[in-house]
Amino acid sequence: MKKSRNNAPRTTRRNVCGALVLLPLAVRAQLRVEITGVGGQQFPIAIARFAQEGAGAPQEVDAIVRADLARSGLFRIVDAGSQPIVDNSNINLADWKVRGADALVIGSSRRLADGRYDVRFRLLDTVKQTQLDGLSYVSPASDLRLTAHRIADRIYEKLTGERGVFATRIAYVVQTSRNSWELHVADADGANSQSALRSREPIISPVWAPDGIRLAYVSFETGKPVVYVHTVTTGERKAVANFRGSNSAPAWSPDGRSLAVTLTREGNSQIFLMNADGSNVRRLTQSSGIDTEPFFSPDGQSIYFTSDRSGGPQIYRMPATGGAAQRVTFGGDYNISPRLSFDGRLMAFVARRGGKFQVMVMDLASGSESPVTDTAHDESPSFAPNGRLLLYATEVNGRGILASASVDGSVRTRLSGPSGDIREPTWGPYIK
Amino acid sequence: MQHFAQAVRSAAAAAAVIFLVAGCSSVKLDDEQKPAPIVDAGAADKGSTDARAVAPVDAAATRGVDPFTDPNNPLSKKSVYFDFDSFLVKSEYQPLVEAHGKYLAANAGRQVKVEGNTDERGGREYNLALGQKRAEAVKQRLLLMGARDAQIETVSFGKEKPRATGNTEEAWAQNRRADIVYK
Repeated sequence: MKKSRNNAPRTTRRNVCGALVLLPLAVRAQLRVEITGVGGQQFPIAIARFAQEGAGAPQEVDAIVRADLARSGLFRIVDAGSQPIVDNSNINLADWKVRGADALVIGSSRRLADGRYDVRFRLLDTVKQTQLDGLSYVSPASDLRLTAHRIADRIYEKLTGERGVFATRIAYVVQTSRNSWELHVADADGANSQSALRSREPIISPVWAPDGIRLAYVSFETGKPVVYVHTVTTGERKAVANFRGSNSAPAWSPDGRSLAVTLTREGNSQIFLMNADGSNVRRLTQSSGIDTEPFFSPDGQSIYFTSDRSGGPQIYRMPATGGAAQRVTFGGDYNISPRLSFDGRLMAFVARRGGKFQVMVMDLASGSESPVTDTAHDESPSFAPNGRLLLYATEVNGRGILASASVDGSVRTRLSGPSGDIREPTWGPYIK
Repeated sequence: MQHFAQAVRSAAAAAAVIFLVAGCSSVKLDDEQKPAPIVDAGAADKGSTDARAVAPVDAAATRGVDPFTDPNNPLSKKSVYFDFDSFLVKSEYQPLVEAHGKYLAANAGRQVKVEGNTDERGGREYNLALGQKRAEAVKQRLLLMGARDAQIETVSFGKEKPRATGNTEEAWAQNRRADIVYK
């Protein structure tokens, strides 16, 4: 328990230092972001309201930036008042330091003659009283949210040395009525959702391909579970696993060429490997019970999975080519849905403890584990591509919602989303 | 106007033919394109041997009561309920499963899907695998009674298609189930 938490800052410092080498000397001396997890100091930052020049932007860019940074768990948002700070005005950065902000963000949005928007921001260091960053983004009104997420990513990276994930995408399933399911693609904060698939039968287990363009998922549209691969940009889709029995639990290999799936064509649920187009199917597990929920380690060498070979469900690890499996979870009698962080150090999973289903994080080197949430109906944890945040589904008042949490559980945020019962979130990769 | 006149003439001709046929049932018609003869239902009852007669037959009546709807026949029941976290076909459901197994053994042309389901507690994929285990348990019993492997496909809906909603033990018990569905 202690170890997993102590490990996080060590890596973070290393990452921050790595990034610092690339920064100018003057800046390096001022950066004091330390990511220390629970009880750690959050970096205090003030984000002023962006000035609106001419007709105002239809999206509150500064509010989105503020929400993104707060959700990361690494920043404490210092109140910047309700008045925008106009660029070129005389900003007294020492005052902002006194107000408790180590950095200040100012910005503006201006509608151009062609209808697009020019959004500008400056990131200012209140300690050294210098500008750390400043950029202008021109985008159509429909991309203003994306612009806001890109600004948040930029600030995040400048101050932490790590890449931000706010401009990535997520996918999830929403059940809109008793006989209606939709697969949605949305911004990482859950907003701006678009329906990629509608069905009168359930959809479960969506998972992004490493290319960030394709989704694999399970659809019951033909009257039984079948695995599809769906190219989101074109809507093209193909049933890649449609064997006798049930087909489910797709997992992409890190190179995007293979899929591990659970098939029942030879009896109970077992894990098979196939090419991403559904060809060259071979069986990986050989148990008499349940083996399901495969998940590749980031190096592609191992597959983590859920098995009931010891009685109740526990998480195991085996070579990606099949073979002897080692048990990974030992706490409690119900541990399912393994997902690894992209550095391979952490494993998120769902555990039943005292009747509650909670997202847990295990430090794989030490085996220590700790709960990330305090809710009782958590499902489907999914790591952000920088490994700092987890996306998961949980229930509030009997309705499925999306939530994100920092991996240490210190900051949890409920995400926005469409009305309906939301479940099965999956966090997409960085988009090149 | 011309079209209307033509239509009236055609209708009159058709009426004349019908009159002719109705009044004289054994008249042989030269023109094959003319409407088919209309047989008086009463005449057929009196033992007419008209080659075009159709005698309706009720298949269910000749076979007796439909076994799949007769509440006294175990074949009319197609759902097997399970205990929490269990795949055991309880003794009270064995007559039901055996009846379907025998029926499949005797009717090699029939095929079934066995659909496993679970209650809402726990992960979606793990529940899908649990539902599959229930379907598989029913299949093994069907095979014991002589059904052939090719007649039975086992699938699972996990917790995705609950028959009963609500988080009560009553609803959960309804959903821990395998259904035998004839194709």
